[in-house]
Amino acid sequence: MYGGGYIFEETKNGERTVEDPKRLEDFEARIQAGEKIEPMDWMPAEYRKQLIRMIEQHAHSEIIGALPEGTWITRAPGFRRKLALMAKVQDEVGHAQLLYSAAETLGKPREMMINDLITGKSKYSNVFNYPAVTWADTAVIAWLIDAGAIINQVANSKGSYGPYCRALERICMEESFHLKYGHDNVVFLATGTPKQREMVQDALNRWWKPIMHFFGPSDKISVHTETLMRWKVKMASNDDMRQKFLDMYVPKIWELGLSIPDQKLKKNEDTGIWDYTEPDWEEFKRVINGDGPCNKERLAVRRRAEEKGEWVRKALMRNAEEYTIPLS
Amino acid sequence: MAEDNKDAIRNLIFRIADDQLIIGHRNSEWTGLGPILEEDIAFSSMAQDKLGHALALYTLLHEIGEKDPDTLAFNREEKDYVCCHFVEYPIGEYDFSLMRHFLFDSSEALRFGMLAESSFEPLAKIARKFRGELRYHTMHADTWIKQLGSANEESRARMQSALNECMPLALGIFEPSDYELALQNEGIFPGEKFLQDAWIDHITPILNAGELRMPDVGNCTPSYGGRAGFHTEFLKPLIDEMSEVYKIDPKAEW
Repeated sequence: MYGGGYIFEETKNGERTVEDPKRLEDFEARIQAGEKIEPMDWMPAEYRKQLIRMIEQHAHSEIIGALPEGTWITRAPGFRRKLALMAKVQDEVGHAQLLYSAAETLGKPREMMINDLITGKSKYSNVFNYPAVTWADTAVIAWLIDAGAIINQVANSKGSYGPYCRALERICMEESFHLKYGHDNVVFLATGTPKQREMVQDALNRWWKPIMHFFGPSDKISVHTETLMRWKVKMASNDDMRQKFLDMYVPKIWELGLSIPDQKLKKNEDTGIWDYTEPDWEEFKRVINGDGPCNKERLAVRRRAEEKGEWVRKALMRNAEEYTIPLS
Repeated sequence: MAEDNKDAIRNLIFRIADDQLIIGHRNSEWTGLGPILEEDIAFSSMAQDKLGHALALYTLLHEIGEKDPDTLAFNREEKDYVCCHFVEYPIGEYDFSLMRHFLFDSSEALRFGMLAESSFEPLAKIARKFRGELRYHTMHADTWIKQLGSANEESRARMQSALNECMPLALGIFEPSDYELALQNEGIFPGEKFLQDAWIDHITPILNAGELRMPDVGNCTPSYGGRAGFHTEFLKPLIDEMSEVYKIDPKAEW
């Protein structure tokens, strides 16, 4: 699962590679015509760089995202939920595997990406820096965070880079099962005992802020992404995706008798646009830069797993073999 | 099913079901923490199979008069579990978990192979299904044992030391029950001793192919007690954790 809160890198003046205008023109014409760019095709250096960054952030989000939910596998109540949650988290790890492979086609090895993750050099979705406090948190995550991820990923699957689009198509199919599982889980809690209702309402209150943050900073303040949208790297604006999410899920949340902790949240019937309290983007920035409730813990867990597994990876190496970039 | 055999069958199924539940729970603890993503995914798959096996076996127990599967798995006293000590141990390092996976799953594959011929047809039917799934588990374990046992000095030393540590625990899988004779005479199950002998014959060549030395089984004291409800210090915290949410309200639907 992953949202649109990508941290695109601003290219400083003087850093930008000057591309051959003819090749650039052909490249843009292909994208305009709806063609997919494949690993061995010519592409601007900036396109490659931003794609690696985006796919890598997405892959990291999948393995870090496995942590908050993964800690509840051992506590899931009953066989049905335990088996479903195991399968769901396993899917997320599988998504990471697919995405690292997609990013590798652009020339950066998986080991290097994971190394950049654990040293804090590259980012992952902000939402996983918040804790899953109770069982109900996992239900809310599986329903609403995965729902948000689908909105974002369905859009991105129509993007221009072939391997990423194909990975996303498969990922979205699996995410739709997660969403069903999450919804079913929330329905049981929301229509269950008073204690269960209280648990799920509390979880929703806790998660509303990260959910609103999930699609990334408001278009008014986010880094200019015109080129990335023209190149079909970024497929929808953060605000558009947030609106779509609100439109699809707020009525479903209300239908279950749950309340949303935002007094301003209301659909403007004339414009069809949702009004809401502007999320705290300063907090978003602070958390993404390392100062959230769980950043240190998440990275420490990942780092420990990498360190503990190092001997296994070494034992798989064959010195004679050279690294080859997967084709797609 | 004759009434005399009922206790024997019930005990046999509980032992297997509890083993499956606890090892499945343990292996699921690798989720998100595996040494490589592919192993993360593999351990999760196998853990899901184990949980599925536990569910099928508890369902069978329910059909012969026990409580429902969720109650059996999530709401019993520690002393009522009859799993072996081996499955209770924490996951430790990957070498321990992998060696346990190899030793335990090879015993399971043989056990289900034997049970597939059981005169108690409902169990035989389940065993035939599990046997097919187990084939993938043992294929996975055998491949890794051979690879890590012979890759380099560190991996070989780690795997040998894990094997030495695991062996007394693994022998505890085959702790005899009070019903061995009845099970054999009725053609339900050929017995733990028979299974253990077959298991040693099976694992020795695979370990050797991985350049690992089989410990002297005669000098190992098997870790017995689990089958009689006497457990290691690790089981109680596991059960408490597993049932933490369920016990908020066991009557609630989750």
